[in-house]
Amino acid sequence: MTRNRYETVFIITPVLSDEQTKDVIKKYKELLKDKGAKLTHEENWGMRKLAYPIQKKSTGFYYLMEFDADPAAILPLETEFRRDERVIRFLTTRMDKFHVEYAEGRRDREADRREKPKQTPAGTETKA
Amino acid sequence: MAENKNVRYLNPIAIDTKSERYCRFREKGFKYIDYKDPDFLLMLINEQGKILPRRLTGTSLKYQRRVGKAIKKARHLALLPYLADQLH
Repeated sequence: MTRNRYETVFIITPVLSDEQTKDVIKKYKELLKDKGAKLTHEENWGMRKLAYPIQKKSTGFYYLMEFDADPAAILPLETEFRRDERVIRFLTTRMDKFHVEYAEGRRDREADRREKPKQTPAGTETKA
Repeated sequence: MAENKNVRYLNPIAIDTKSERYCRFREKGFKYIDYKDPDFLLMLINEQGKILPRRLTGTSLKYQRRVGKAIKKARHLALLPYLADQLH
């Protein structure tokens, strides 16, 4: 079976408490693991304002998962998303080579951004 | 009438030269248009959230299709509104 790279972004309803959202995410990670998928990258965008209300809610908890899986693993994942009412929206896309290249580039940019803020506070402490 | 001849405009009047003639994606060598960063896509939609036509943005057909797909995915994920009254 040829394995493809996929990227899934899904939105969890904001009414859940922290650990409920965590175990929604854990549930899908385990589901992917059972299907033999290898998770390559995850991003937690956290609570964001939606551009239009979905199910009467104007904010949502965004989560991105990038993984490498067989095509047969996608259908069960999507039916699970549809069945789960805590997930209000999801979008799975197959990644072609340009998309993969872009994703890696984005990861390094993200990594630099994360390092930069760490340095500035340290600088200010030494001065004070 | 003679004075009109030496009436020169300080800067040429840009009546319709505003529409860009080149495709910015081909110029910069874009390989992939990401549906996940709405700030970039905001440049390609008008105040009401509609996709700008090629004659205004000057993009080539190949990239306009990708832009359209990316914007529709972003709308599905509520990163961009389907319709808005004052967006930018």
